[in-house]
Parts: sequence; C-alpha cells; structure tokens
Amino acid sequence: MNRRLEKHRIFDNVFKYITIFCALLILVIVLAISIELFLNSLPAIKEFGFSFLWSTDWNPVKEKFGAASSIYGTLVATFIAIIIAVPFSLVIALFLTEIAHPSIATPVGYAIELLAAIPSIIYGMWGVFILAPFMAEHIIPPLQSLFFFLPIFQGKVIGGQGIFTAGVVLAVMILPYLTSIMRDVFNMVSPQLKESAYGVGTTTWEVTRDILIPQGISGIIGGVFLSLGRAIGETMAVTFIIGNSHRFSFEIFREGNTISSTLANEFAEGADNPLFFGVLMELGLILFAITVIMQLLSHFWLKRYGVKT
Amino acid sequence: MKKRSPLTRLVIDKIIKSLSIIAAIAGILILLIIIKDIFFKGINAIGFDFFTNNMRPPGVAGGGVKNAIYGTLMITLVSTLIGVPVGMMAGVYLSEYGRNTRFGKIIRFSLNIMMGIPSIIIGIFFFSIMIIPLGHGSGYVGAFALSVIMIPIITKTTEEMLKLTPDSLRESALALGIPKWKMIISILFRSSKSGLLTGILLAVARVSGETAPLIFTARYSQYWPDDLNRETANLTMTIYNYAGQPFDSMVETAWGAALLVMGAVLLLTIISRFIVSHGN
Repeated sequence: MNRRLEKHRIFDNVFKYITIFCALLILVIVLAISIELFLNSLPAIKEFGFSFLWSTDWNPVKEKFGAASSIYGTLVATFIAIIIAVPFSLVIALFLTEIAHPSIATPVGYAIELLAAIPSIIYGMWGVFILAPFMAEHIIPPLQSLFFFLPIFQGKVIGGQGIFTAGVVLAVMILPYLTSIMRDVFNMVSPQLKESAYGVGTTTWEVTRDILIPQGISGIIGGVFLSLGRAIGETMAVTFIIGNSHRFSFEIFREGNTISSTLANEFAEGADNPLFFGVLMELGLILFAITVIMQLLSHFWLKRYGVKT
Repeated sequence: MKKRSPLTRLVIDKIIKSLSIIAAIAGILILLIIIKDIFFKGINAIGFDFFTNNMRPPGVAGGGVKNAIYGTLMITLVSTLIGVPVGMMAGVYLSEYGRNTRFGKIIRFSLNIMMGIPSIIIGIFFFSIMIIPLGHGSGYVGAFALSVIMIPIITKTTEEMLKLTPDSLRESALALGIPKWKMIISILFRSSKSGLLTGILLAVARVSGETAPLIFTARYSQYWPDDLNRETANLTMTIYNYAGQPFDSMVETAWGAALLVMGAVLLLTIISRFIVSHGN
C-alpha cells in the first residue's frame, strides 16, 4: 500500500513537471524568436542604422536597402482594410444583435465566421485571378475619376494588382474577427438600458448610436487593434495580390510590397548574402515588434474592459 | 441631442436597417462567391489522375498531386503529434497548477504574444535556426514550424475548457484518493472531451491551410516524399508554385489543389462547429 502511494507521488510530480516544462516552452519559443531575429539583423542594423526605416532604396545587387516601401505598403494596405472592414462589420453586428431574429442571426453569424476559416493562400489565388481583374475594370476607374483631385488615387492601373486590392482582400479576411468582437460587445450592453431606450420610443439606429457604440467603444477599439495585428502580418494573400514591386510610390492603386510579402519573395535569394539576410531579418524584427505592440495594446485594452479575446 | 422630425428619424433608421441587412447579405455572398469560384475553377483538375499520379515536370500533361497530398498529411500529422500534447500539457499547467501564480501570468502573457506572431516570422525563425545548419529543406522542420502555430491555439482551448469544469468534480475525485494526474486525465479531460476535440480540430484545420511557414522549411518538391527530412511536397506550396506558372495545366492543378485544401479546411471547421453544438 505504501509503495503504491509512493509510486503515485512520483507520478504526480513527474506529471506536474511535464506540464511546467510545456508551459515554459511557450515562453522560450517567444524569447528565442525575438533574440534570433535581433541577432541576425545586427549586420543590417550596423550598416544602415535608423535611416533603414525611411530609405526608399532597394537594390540587392548594389547592396542598398531601405524599408520605406515595405513599411508604407504594410501600413496602407492595413489601413484600407480597417477603413472598409470597421463600418461593414459594425452594421453586420447590428444586424446580428438588434435586427435579425435569432433563427436567422445564428446561421448568418456562422457563415461570416467561416470566412475566417478559408486559408490565406486561397484568398491570394482568388484575389489575383478573379478579384484583381474585376477591380481593374469595375471598381478602380470610377474611384479614380471620383477622387481625381487626390494624387494618391492616380496612376496607371495594370491588371488590378496593387496595394488597394490587397487592402480589400485583407478587409474580407479580418471581417469575421471584427464582426464577432462587435457582436460580443453589443451583447454585453445591459438589456435594461437598451429596453428603456426602446421604451421611450427611440429607433434602432438611435439606440445603436447613443447607447451601443458609446457603451462598447472600448471593446470596439480593442477589436480593431486585434484585427490590425492580424492584417499587418498576413502574408500569402498579400504576396499574391500586391504585385511585389519595390519601386516606392505613394499611389495606392500601384503595385507595391509589404514586409511579409518581401520576406516571402526575397528570402530564398537573400539567404546567401549576409547583408541581405540581415536586412530581411530586420524587416522580420520590425514586423514582429509591430504585431507584439498591437497584441499588447489590444490585450490590455480588452482586459480592462473585460471582453474575452 | 439635435431635434429631428419623427419622419427623418424613421427614414434614417430605415436606411441604417436596410444597410445592415445588405451588409449581412453581402458578407454571405462574398463567402459563397469565393467557394463557388474555387469550386468551378478547381473541379476540372480533379479526376482520377489528380489523386493517383505524382507531379510531372513543367509542361508535361497528366500530373497529379498524390505526393503533395501525402506530404501535407505527413507534415500535418507530425505537427499535430507535437503540438497537441505540448499544447494540452501547457493548458493543464495554466488551469490546474499555475492558475493564480506569477509564472502562470508570465506564460499567459507569452501565450497571447505567441498567438499573434505572423506565420511568416515563424517560418524565417525555423529557417534561421534549423535549415541553415541542415543545409537543405526538411518536412520535419516545416512540421515544427506548424506546431508552433498550433500550440497556443490548443493551450488556450485546453485552459478554457478545464476552467469550465466545476471544482466539486476535482475535489470529490481527490477525496476518493485518486492521484492528481489521474484525476486530470481521466476526469477533467473526459468531462471536457468535446471542447478539447474542437480545439484540436480547429488547430489542425488552421495549420493544414498554412503556407508561409513552409516556404523556407519544407519547401517544395515534385517527387514522392520518401524522406521527411528532405524537401517535402505539400499542397499549399504546390498552389504557391503552380499558380504563377505559364502552363495552363499547372495553373489548373493549382486550382484543383486550392479546392482540395479549402474543402478539407472548411469541412474540419464545420465538423468542429457541429461537435460544439451537439457534444455534451
């Protein structure tokens, strides 16, 4: 009997240490990734210093590198995605919580969530073969003539690939995340508050504008941070669609590149040259830092507000 | 608040309501259009040859993707064999041992960061630490990279599922003299079976559609993957490589592979959804 107890105690300890080891592994992986990225980008950091961040050079042959076009492409594509997806998901969340009967809202909610399950490379292939030609023919020309006074909307459009189309696909990809967070936020607003507002005769839109959005604004902002983090690091879809040009241009309908698309495209070539490799690792480090910051901001913001992520 | 006539208020309300109905319909339409497009482009490629032949050199007709299907299955299997136990054990730690400890907080914090790391970063990390020393591509390294994507998903669902089980269950088991490890495995795991299974299925669905971590690790091959420690054929890299080729037959194969991957991932997701709503 005692020997069996002893055996159980040893087993219990072994089991506990296995779980501690696995938990520790998570911390170790995150630290190892940051250290590895930093150490490998040292050659590039020494060579270019901070000017790397705003230099528009990109010439692997002459070993001149700058991150400006990648950072610009990443930020603009993400910005376009957010601009499109936030109002879109807001009205869908409104439909799911305030307008539709649960028997309709539930399947519609599932369908929107399924958009998150489609792999990134499928969005990429669909985007480049089907959406880009459609954009070039039906969406971009009217936008260009509508905003003829804005220089960033001008420029010759070739085939529809470019920063704008990449942003549109990113918008579809983050739509399910934003929608589900906004739906949760709207559902958290106390029913008494809503019902008393409806009771005095306000309309659904007035309840949304004056109660749901002000009450849920922190949750909505946290959700936007979270989706920003996802959109910024998105690789395959963007690599297919953005055109992968390193010539810096402010024009959003032009071909461009993002940090992640540059990594996907140039890594095979750059791995043999220590400086080029350093440049790519530094780009990775910048991307990693941005996503970590986004993650932290959304985490603390949502935690303060009590929304589950 | 601005004063508006009741009519304006009603009209604005109607406009917003219609917009929100249109947006919901548009959301569903986008999903259906993508599925429809991939289906009709991909279905032509899928036939007997598609499943029974290996890839052929560029321009040679009649190639299939048998090797890539096998490669994807093997890479996903290896990553699951690593990711599921590690993720579950870490989740057990967070829920059962380190729920309110300082170390638990640090791990939970790293877990959130790990979840947000872009998959391409995980790819270049594994390239840097394993592929450079190895000197050649490796399906195993690809599987390691995928398991890093899997671990936080599984850890998070395990922790959440175990936290849902009532403490009375733990206490009555321990009071009967069952050792803690046995209580966790045979009582907690069993009572949250469907939740854990859902987490695993979703994680498998997620990694089986991943491409970015494989570009520099498992890379790509047109041969049968005899040795998983070399460049390993897989479906997503086949799509990535074939989609940009000048030969129509290769682009068609890419569409076929895209349909296969999308179908499998959506099916896994729907099954997991079904388990959630019908499991106990």
